[in-house]
Formats: sequence, C-alpha cells, structure tokens
Amino acid sequence: MTDKVNESRRNLLIATSVVGAIGAGFAAVPFIKSWMPSERAKAAGGVVKANVSKLESGQKLQVKWRGQPIFIVKRDKVLLDTLSNHDDRLKDAKSEKSIQPDFAKNIYRSQKEELLVMVGICTHLGCSPKVYPEIVPQAFDSDWQGGFYCPCHGSTFDISGRVYNGSPAGTNMVIPPYVYVDENNLIIGTDKLEGGA
Amino acid sequence: MGLRKTNEKGILGWFDQRLPVMDMWNDHMAKYYAPSNFNFWYFFGSLALLVLVNQLLTGVWLTMHYKPDAAQAFGLVEYIMRDVPWGWLIRYLHTTGASAFFIVVYLHMFRGLMYGSYKKPRELIWTFGMIIYVALMAEAFMGYVLPWGNMSFWGAKVITQLFGTIPWIGDVLLEGIRGDYNISDATLNRFFALHVVAVPIVLLILVFLHIAALHSVGSNNPDGIEIKDYKDENGIPKDGIPFHPYYSVKDIFGIGMFLIIFLGIVFLKPDMGGLFLEHDNFNIANPGSTPEHIKPVWYFTPFFAILKVVPNPFGGMIVMFSAIIALFLLPWVDRSEVKSIRYRLLPFKLALTAFVTSFVVLGYLGMVSWGPGEKLLAQALTGVYFLYFVFLFVYTKNEKHKPIPERLTH
Amino acid sequence: MKNLILIVTLLLSANVFANSDGAHLEPAQTNIRSKESLQNGAKYFMNYCSGCHSLQYQRYNRMAKDLGLTKDEVKENLIFTDAKFPEHMTNTMDNAQVEEKEWFHKAFPKDLTLIAKARGVDWLYNYLKSFYKDSSRPIGWNNTIFTGASMPNVLWELQGIQEAKFEEHEDEHGIVTHTFKGFKKVTEGTMSEEEFDNTVRDIVNFLDYTAEPAQLIRMGMAPWVLFFLVIFTMLAYLLKKNYFKDIH
Repeated sequence: MTDKVNESRRNLLIATSVVGAIGAGFAAVPFIKSWMPSERAKAAGGVVKANVSKLESGQKLQVKWRGQPIFIVKRDKVLLDTLSNHDDRLKDAKSEKSIQPDFAKNIYRSQKEELLVMVGICTHLGCSPKVYPEIVPQAFDSDWQGGFYCPCHGSTFDISGRVYNGSPAGTNMVIPPYVYVDENNLIIGTDKLEGGA
Repeated sequence: MGLRKTNEKGILGWFDQRLPVMDMWNDHMAKYYAPSNFNFWYFFGSLALLVLVNQLLTGVWLTMHYKPDAAQAFGLVEYIMRDVPWGWLIRYLHTTGASAFFIVVYLHMFRGLMYGSYKKPRELIWTFGMIIYVALMAEAFMGYVLPWGNMSFWGAKVITQLFGTIPWIGDVLLEGIRGDYNISDATLNRFFALHVVAVPIVLLILVFLHIAALHSVGSNNPDGIEIKDYKDENGIPKDGIPFHPYYSVKDIFGIGMFLIIFLGIVFLKPDMGGLFLEHDNFNIANPGSTPEHIKPVWYFTPFFAILKVVPNPFGGMIVMFSAIIALFLLPWVDRSEVKSIRYRLLPFKLALTAFVTSFVVLGYLGMVSWGPGEKLLAQALTGVYFLYFVFLFVYTKNEKHKPIPERLTH
Repeated sequence: MKNLILIVTLLLSANVFANSDGAHLEPAQTNIRSKESLQNGAKYFMNYCSGCHSLQYQRYNRMAKDLGLTKDEVKENLIFTDAKFPEHMTNTMDNAQVEEKEWFHKAFPKDLTLIAKARGVDWLYNYLKSFYKDSSRPIGWNNTIFTGASMPNVLWELQGIQEAKFEEHEDEHGIVTHTFKGFKKVTEGTMSEEEFDNTVRDIVNFLDYTAEPAQLIRMGMAPWVLFFLVIFTMLAYLLKKNYFKDIH
C-alpha cells in the first residue's frame, strides 16, 4: 500500500465516519424526542378551572392539575395575622429558596391575601399533607398557628405553606401559576388569561 | 490465576483475559476469510440484519405508546401518528421496514437459488434460513393484526380459520388460537405478546445460529467453488479476503444505497399506493362488515394464490404449506455436483426463470379478484412452481454442466 | 448495477397494481400544499359535514397550526361545539342519541378523519359530485359512485339538483343492466359548475390532510434526508473503492 493510498484511505475513513456519526445523531433525535409529553398529555396537562364562591375560612378546595393535587385554602384575618409572627421558626420566611410566581413572593404567598393556591405536595418526599386550619395546640406542635402537617415524616408548614424549622422538608411548598378570571373563579396552570386553552 | 492468555494490552486486554473478545473478533471479522468475488447479490444478508435491527428498535419504541386492547388499539395508532412527537416517523419506519424485510429476504433467498448456497456443506444454513423465513411470516402476520383495522381483523379471521379445517382437532385448535369464538380482544392481546416478545427472541436465536453455521463452513460465492480447497502456506484461502475491513466497508456502502431507497419510500410514499399500508386498514375492525377483497399484504400473496387454487379449504392449506416445505427440501432435491448457475446449462436457467416468474405472477394474482382466466393461470403457475422441484430432482441426477473453474473468477 | 435498476423499477411499478379497480374516476387534482384550499375545505366541512360526521382523531390546535389559522379564527369560525382548542373534532352526537334517531336507520355517519386514505381522494371527489334526485329512495337521493348511499346531498344548495340518465340493456339471459349515461341539471345551485368543483376539491383536500397531517412534514424533509444520504453513500463508495484497490 503506497503512502498516497494510505493517506487518502485515512481521509476517506475520517470523512465517512464523521458524516456517518452526524447521520446517526440525526437518526437518534426522533427516538429521543418521542419520549417527551405528547399532544394528548399537553392537552390534558392544560389549565384547570376552580370556583371558590362557596369556600369558607379554613376550608380547603382541592383540584387536580397535571396529575397533582392543588390546595385552595380560604384564610380569614385571624389566620392571616399569624403569618407575621413566627419568622424565627421558619426555614425560609421570605420564600427565597422556594418555587412560586413573582406575585407570591410574600408572606401571603398568593395573589389575593385571603386565598392560598398551592401544590399540595410535601417538598420532602412527595406525600400530600393535611390541612389543620384551627389555631389550637396539636400533638406535633403545642404552639400551632394553623397550617399543614405531613403525616409521612412529620414536616410542618404554616398557612402559607412555609416550612417550619425541624421539618425533614427543606423548602416551602410550591405555588403554581394561576390567574383570577373574576372574584370567584380561578384558572390554575397559567398566569395569563387566554394563555393556555 | 484462571485468566485467559492474551496479547492485548489495556482495557482490551482486561476483557480479553475474561472473555474471548479477540478470538471472536478474528474468527468472525478480521480473520474470517470470505471469497473475493462477492457481487451485488451478497449485500442482502447484512441488509437483512440492518432491517432486523430497525424492526426491533422501532418496534420497542412503538410499544411505548401502544396498548393491545381492541377498544383502544386503532385509536392509539392514530395517537402515535399525530400526538407522539415523531411518532409518525417511527410508525412508518416500522411498516416500511416490514415490507423491506421481505424484499431483502426474497432477494437473499434468490441469491441462494442462483449460486447453490443451499448445497452441501451449507444445508444447515439454508434450513435455519428457511425457519427464519417461516418465523418472519408469522411475525409479520401477527404484527399486521395489531393496528386492529378491518383488514387486520378479517385477514386474521381467514388465516386462523385455516387451522380450523384440520380434521378432528380443527375446532378446538381454532378456539385455542383465537382465545374466543371469534377474532377478538383475546386474540389481539396474545398476538401482541407473541409479536413483541416470543417470536423476536426466536428470530434472534435463529439468526445467531444461521450466521454461526455460515462461519463454520465459510461463505459460498458466485462461482460456487470452495475457496478452502486452495490455501496458502499460512492456511489462508488464496481466493479469500478478510471480511473486515473489506466487506465491512463494502457493506457500509450497501447500507447507504439501501437507505436511499428505504428512506425515500418512508418520507415520500410510505403507503406505497396501498401495498404497504392497505386502504381497508384505515377503517376500524368491524366484525359485521367484510372488506370487498380480503387479501394479505403483498409478501404473502403468492402463497395466498396457491391457497385459492384448491377448492377445498383443508386441501388448500396442505398445498400452501407444501409450497413452503418444498423449499426446505432444496438441498436434497438438487443433486447436482455444480453449485452456481454460471456453470449450469440452459435447462436449469429456464427452470429457475420459470420458477421465479411463477412466484412473482402468483403474487400478482393473490392481489386481484379472479375470473375464470385468472383461476386458470393461477392453477398453471402453481403447477410450474411445484414442477421446479420435480424438475430439479430428475434433471440433476447426472447434470451436464460447463467446466467448473479451479479458482475464483472476477 | 443493472440488477439494482431492475429491482427499483420493479418496486416503483408496484404502483400499477396499487391503484384500485372500479368505475372510472375523474382525478381530484388536489394540492395538499395550498393552505388556501385547506382553509376553504375546513370551512365547508365544518359548515356542511360536521353536523353528522366527526373527525375524532384531528385536534383543532393541530389544524390551526398546519393550516395557518390563529386560535381565535378557529374558535370563532370552526368550533361549533363546546370543545376546547386542544381537543379533538368530535361532534355532539353520541351513540345513544344515534340509536334513537330513526332517520339514520342502520347507517351511522362514519367518522371521516381517515376516509381519504380508506377511499382515496378521487373517489371522494367524484362521490360528492355524483348525487342525483331519486324519488324511489326514502331520503330522496341516490349516488352513482355509491349506489344506495344513506347520505343525502348536503351540498345541493350549492350544486343544484341533477337527475341521472340510465340506459337499459337486456342480454340473452334476460338479465337487465342499467348503464349510467350522464347527469342532467334540473335546478341550478348557487355556484357555477366550476365553483362547485373547486369547493368539493377543497373539502376533499382538507380530508386528505386530516387523514395524515404528518404528510406535510415528511414531504418537506424528504429532499434533505435524501441529499444527506447521497453524500454519505458517495463517501462510502469512495472508501470502498480505496480499500478494494488492495485486492485486484
């Protein structure tokens, strides 16, 4: 084999391999992309409506969005007042590390003070906490100010979903995007009217 | 220390001390000596392997979205075509692949017929290949039922009904195959299990055995002579070249040519005018509405025509299966000492041409509805088909032939 | 090489066998690439056909994207039920209602999403143009392409009303056959023949789209895929030639 043949063989090998690898890359794309949510999943994962006209203070309405439970909790002035009195007992009082839309980066963690809209999943390992809206001492907290208790591993959250010190959970519960259509109706899953469906 | 001896270093050496990777590489690629005169007809083995990989990959991907439930199957295929990102492409690769598999396999088998690749010492390779062919037909038949279109349903009905014609055990057998008194959800579900798991495993084992048997005796070639008859002082066949890099590189080119045609079809004409995706299968399965012409997909139509030639259903089934069994017998029916068509005389060439023509025209006849003319032609061609084997048995006893060369010609 | 050409020719000639037998059909000559035609077809389909026929596999939002329509255009002009934008184009009839409605008898209006693949665009085009007045039938209509069709001529206001002329033949066995000879328009419609033909063409074009929305994508990708493969194969061929210099 002459050097010339040798060199052209090497070049052709490299060229064919490179083009072949590019082809293989292109071929892989459909297979990988087919794993992403389908149109059916996207349509079902669209927005959910909720009507809160009959909700009383301390009551929880639950709807399903993207397979997750969404807690909608009405809070009266008494409950709302508790939110400014226990910063020292919270891991992240200002919601700096947690996930929420910009409008919820406050002590109420909501668009309108009286209504909490929150993903009802404990940020520890994913169980669904229970709401304990009464301001009475509880077995898990003798100074209970109203909020949520997760039965799986004992994490506790205040009535805005902010996690208490001593909880296995590390962050405040997640607030989803939502928007008010009018005083009594919300759309969960988008922050724009007419943005999703 | 129990480790194998190796000349390799590094990671390769580590593996080679624990698994005979270098021996395998040499025996089957770098030091597997194949005849140097492989031509166009020798591409189809590696292409069949490529299509097998395609069917396995796209098949698994389809099962990520499909459910074998009679109430959902048809809709789920449309779900894949419309809602799953790139689902349409994965589906078309699978359906076009099924037809491509048969085109490639038929051409691969034709090579065998031309060059006597089924003859001693390669009878076992041929036998494994024939079993692969039968398994492939079962696989394709069951796969076609899965979309649960109207042709899926009625094709399944007609073919399973054949088993019902077997005397004595027919009725029980039919119910056992279908899992119900008619083609139903039970049938669909078990066909899914067989199509996705059982038959692919069987196919993979058979392909392994087919290639192992080939590598044991060495490949045939267009001249039909044994290259192992003339070895050099190192024991290497003088007319042999190492499979790697020569034929691995050549096969890459073959794959490129094949992909141009294959992907051309996938992107431009995947229905192939109703041949690859039949019109009637775009209607959902309906037990109350028989399609105008029940016919199988094109790759079964030669046998379907043979089936229709015999008026009695059980008789028809026997004759149809005999047509396949006859092919199994080729290594023993063709008794000639000469392998390749290149050195055989006109009678053989005419006979082979007649055989292939009968197969192709029977294929056409299997697709159309019959008047008296078509029926007569189908009967005649079925006769020609079987006569080929009779002819071979008689003619090859003391077959005259051209002088067979000692060394390969190019 | 000649073997390759032979095989490819055989493959392509498979088309000859592929086209169905049957009555002579005037070609529909639809153009799937014309968004204008598809939009017009969608409009007429929704207005004249969707009352009875669903498109259960077609989503509104997909149609909007492929036909170049905005969400509002679709919601205002093409959604007649309370369906949401990402949902399928089903209609308000369900099986229970159908069983009650006597006028369907045994023939339930088929879902039409895939009809263009099941029957072919030419068949559909001719079918929609071939209704004629037939007082012997309960619905008052018949069709030369699909004799005894249970569907009325929903487009009659546009097309007008035509009658069909038949010629009777009796052969030596006394069997009488009717041969269709042509149509005669007895009442004019609101559209000229050309306008009507174009409208039917658009409807059929739209159904061709719904049968396989992906065809728009794959046809567009084809040249690129093939171009890439040709480059690769050429390189592979040069590589092969280079290696085989060693041999002979």
